[in-house]
Amino acid sequence: MKDVILAWRNLWRNTRRTLITSASIFFGVIFSTLMTSMQYGSYDAMIDNIVKFYSGYAQIFTEEYHENKTINNSFELGDALMRIVEETRGVTEYAPRLEYFALASSKEITKGTLVIGIDPAQENKVTGTKKWVHKGNYLTKNDKGVLVAIDLARYLQVNIGDTLVLYGQGFHGVMAAGKYAVKGILKFPSPELNKQFVYMSITNCQELFSAENRLTSLVIMVKDHYELPGVMKQLKKKITAPFMVMSWDELQPELVSMIEADKAGGLVMKAILYLLVGFGIFGTILMMISERRRELGVMVAIGMQKIKLGKLLFYETLFIGSIGAVAGLVGSIPIIQYFFYNPIPLTGDAAQTMIEMGIEPFMYFSMAPFVFYSQATTIFIITLVIAIFPVYKALTIKVNTALRA
Amino acid sequence: MKVIEIRNLKKTYNTGEVKVKAVNGISIDFEEGEFAAIVGPSGSGKTTFLNMLGGLDRPTSGEVVIGGANVWELSSRKLIDFRMNNIGFVFQAYNLIPVLTAGENVEFIMQLQGMPKKERGMRTKELLEAVGLADRINSRPGKLSGGQQQRVAVARALASRPKFILADEPTANLDSKATTSLLEMMAEMNKKYNTTFIFATHDQRVMDKARRIVSIEDGRILSDERFER
Repeated sequence: MKDVILAWRNLWRNTRRTLITSASIFFGVIFSTLMTSMQYGSYDAMIDNIVKFYSGYAQIFTEEYHENKTINNSFELGDALMRIVEETRGVTEYAPRLEYFALASSKEITKGTLVIGIDPAQENKVTGTKKWVHKGNYLTKNDKGVLVAIDLARYLQVNIGDTLVLYGQGFHGVMAAGKYAVKGILKFPSPELNKQFVYMSITNCQELFSAENRLTSLVIMVKDHYELPGVMKQLKKKITAPFMVMSWDELQPELVSMIEADKAGGLVMKAILYLLVGFGIFGTILMMISERRRELGVMVAIGMQKIKLGKLLFYETLFIGSIGAVAGLVGSIPIIQYFFYNPIPLTGDAAQTMIEMGIEPFMYFSMAPFVFYSQATTIFIITLVIAIFPVYKALTIKVNTALRA
Repeated sequence: MKVIEIRNLKKTYNTGEVKVKAVNGISIDFEEGEFAAIVGPSGSGKTTFLNMLGGLDRPTSGEVVIGGANVWELSSRKLIDFRMNNIGFVFQAYNLIPVLTAGENVEFIMQLQGMPKKERGMRTKELLEAVGLADRINSRPGKLSGGQQQRVAVARALASRPKFILADEPTANLDSKATTSLLEMMAEMNKKYNTTFIFATHDQRVMDKARRIVSIEDGRILSDERFER
């Protein structure tokens, strides 16, 4: 009789108890997996939104530009750098940008703006800018027109076809000034962005700032943020001074802090859930051992080494933990899959907040593998910790006392 | 040939301020093939004595020498192996492993000894036949009567080919028919395998079958008589 078979049979000597314990683990895993999936689903939506909205998953720029965001620290995109980006596995798209500040005027009103020079087709692939066009048309290659964010357009009292004057300082202090027709009005979900952005084609922008062929950054896209660590590893290895590469989380530390704070909150909830599951398993093991004390004593009396007895009880504990965990994992897959494809729509203030953040008002779920295996690992670790108790009991069993139990 | 030599065995329990001398200086030998009963009233010390004999309860002082080795000088690990290879146990409450069949219960100890599977199977069959339960080889203890369970326990005790079997009140939970049948079977096994049987009992029917009766009271031997049966 193999120890594993004996342990399995021992598990089912009290079917109802084993089923109740397994059910508690099952529901614990289901709730925990759902919670984790929901958490990470919302983070994914947040990250994707921020990344696809503006920053991209990573950006390449010069070290000086990182320190001081002036057009004087821009760079020319050489073949070597382009080849590195193109040859990096996992990079799906990239888009050049030239960004700098200028004053925008219309009639008698002037306001400070952020002028962003883009390759219209590439930028649309990376951040989907075209979908934010509220009025008018999106830019074409070498377009001479500009796209103005809606609140800025309102402030400057400009509409499609009106002229916008941009005035500022260009590359190495050269005066930058130009007149541009408003080709489109952009409406972003974020009120902050609506107040300050002016988009134009990169060639037009380079001409305005007298920065021919120069960029301030190269925006990189990958399939999703789970691919990013691999891509960053490759890029950081290849990209050397004077250039540097930074990922979205390095570029947006405040978003990372927000996610980390939320994760910590979720962790407390999960800890409580697992504490309950853990005590459920422990209670069962405690009962199993105390009611079988004499039987365990007999086993040692007739010749079973205590370490072997400990192994047997260890297997039993592991089985109890695993049955519920595996069932919970299997059970959670179709539920999460359903919600992954059919996210729960939100209403009221929560929906409004999400809309303002530029996220569609849905409760998203993640199907990332770790959402599932992290639960299995947690249950496994909890079970391992609990298993110390029966093993300890087996190793310290006093045969004559156990036989009198 | 001497199977067990006991020298000045003592066991004292400290129950608060009072010291109870459960076994108080017993010296006795048991020969191969004996069918002996340790008898005495409740609390006389017979179970404590048997447990010390079987390496289950550590004596306060004295020696239990089996096959030339003082069992209480062995390490905990070696003592377990020693019990497995030299001593068979039959308990009052049968104490079979409930999740194992009768056959598996008998086979269990042989597996612990590392006996090959084929040999184990043959010996299990032989022992269950000898105790009259060959047809219940696949029954779990819960499906067997008290008498049948105790027969399986005897087969289990014999499985490791021990030097002797210790049976603590083996008939206490059995009716008289089952008791008679069990004792006859044990006497037969004693003759067949020449295995020493030592009982702790106050059952007259066991005493009637025993060829040696050692009376104990207050932890001391009162009498040691041998009978031709």
